[in-house]
Amino acid sequence: MEFVWAFLVGGLICVIGQLMMDVLKLTPAHVTTSFVVIGALLDAFGIYDKLIEFAGAGATVPITSFGHSLLHGAMASAEDHGFIGIAMGIFELTSAGISSAILFGFIVAVIFKPKG
Amino acid sequence: MNLQGRQTWKFTNSIYLNAAGTSVGPLESEGPLGSFFDKTYSDLHCNQKNWELAERQLMEDAIDVCLKKTKLQPEDINFLLAGDLLNQIVSANYTARGNGIPYLGVFGACSTSMESLALGALLVDGGYANRVIAAVSSHNATAERQFRYPTEYGGQKPDTATFTVTGAGAALVSKEVSDIKITSATIGKVVDLGIKDPFDMGSAMAPAAADTIAAHLKEMNVAADEYDLIATGDLSGVGAPIVKMLLKEQGIDISDNHRDCGLMIYRPDQPVFAGGSGCACSAVVTYGYILDEIRKGNLNKVLMVATGALLSPVMVQQKESIPTVAHGVVLERAEGGN
Repeated sequence: MEFVWAFLVGGLICVIGQLMMDVLKLTPAHVTTSFVVIGALLDAFGIYDKLIEFAGAGATVPITSFGHSLLHGAMASAEDHGFIGIAMGIFELTSAGISSAILFGFIVAVIFKPKG
Repeated sequence: MNLQGRQTWKFTNSIYLNAAGTSVGPLESEGPLGSFFDKTYSDLHCNQKNWELAERQLMEDAIDVCLKKTKLQPEDINFLLAGDLLNQIVSANYTARGNGIPYLGVFGACSTSMESLALGALLVDGGYANRVIAAVSSHNATAERQFRYPTEYGGQKPDTATFTVTGAGAALVSKEVSDIKITSATIGKVVDLGIKDPFDMGSAMAPAAADTIAAHLKEMNVAADEYDLIATGDLSGVGAPIVKMLLKEQGIDISDNHRDCGLMIYRPDQPVFAGGSGCACSAVVTYGYILDEIRKGNLNKVLMVATGALLSPVMVQQKESIPTVAHGVVLERAEGGN
């Protein structure tokens, strides 16, 4: 059953993204950034954690979880270090994702030539 | 009178299109017209380091082939009228830097092909030039990057999107007798019916094409069926039915003799969405295929209408709609030729 919910919730998030591109004519960059902000906002109300509990990878794989992780990192660090901790902790949980994007982007750019 | 009505030039002297050169990229050479192009590349980079250099290579090739066919040197040409789709028409500028032909840059987006040819014929007719080369180029990767998104960005495209043709075309115009005559040209006005979607250029440009075709037929006082072929540049599968419909509303029927270069250059099963676009689309189809058909006698009189979407990414970001323009040139089989 958890696979079904993961599929449905993850799929629903993607449907919303596709509708934003097709109906609202937003660019992929607008959709991605909106999702990050929405993920962070939902986390602010504690909703996103519940969604992850319920749907697992259906909620952690889409980019909305990136917003959720940004906020989590910032809040955790803020508890230890106060206001400055927000800046210190914001990439704490997401640093692996960002670093791998840079690293793999670099490797691909070195090895391959663009196709078009 | 050389001016017919408001916007049509009827050339008083016999102006000839002596020779043309075409060069294309991989997808175009695999298309149905592949065998009509002079130079083909199997790699989108055209043996160059980057896309802009590849596009420049294509334009240089087209001019080279055109000169070789007529056994002329760049020094024998009075003027080069050239343009492309990139900012500051860099492909044309740098090509002109290389060959040293006195140069006028032309920009009318994808309508540049016929704009440069019409202006070239005008210079020769007026006695201001003996020989003129009109050349244009476009490249899929440079155009995607400039007007839409870089391909690597991976943005989705709707079915109404067109696919910029990678290629270049050049034509030599003079009073020296050959088998193809340029008899008249109609300059279009800028038409904008409010389309804002850069992925639907066909709908945006169709009204401009209809306007220019209607103006041409009226001012030359000819019926549409006098032409064996009325070709449009790059309206694609979306815009081609619209131009027919718009003209039908004005009582002009081009359903039998209209074809669109954007639909001719690729096979329907190639991954090109609604069809080809770009200044090279109308240029390589005209200078490669249509000229050949005229020479063979399969076509006698052709009205070639190149359509251009005067798209600026900055203006689109500022929520402006996309103005469009279309210019028509009449090519005829010359009896004086062979």
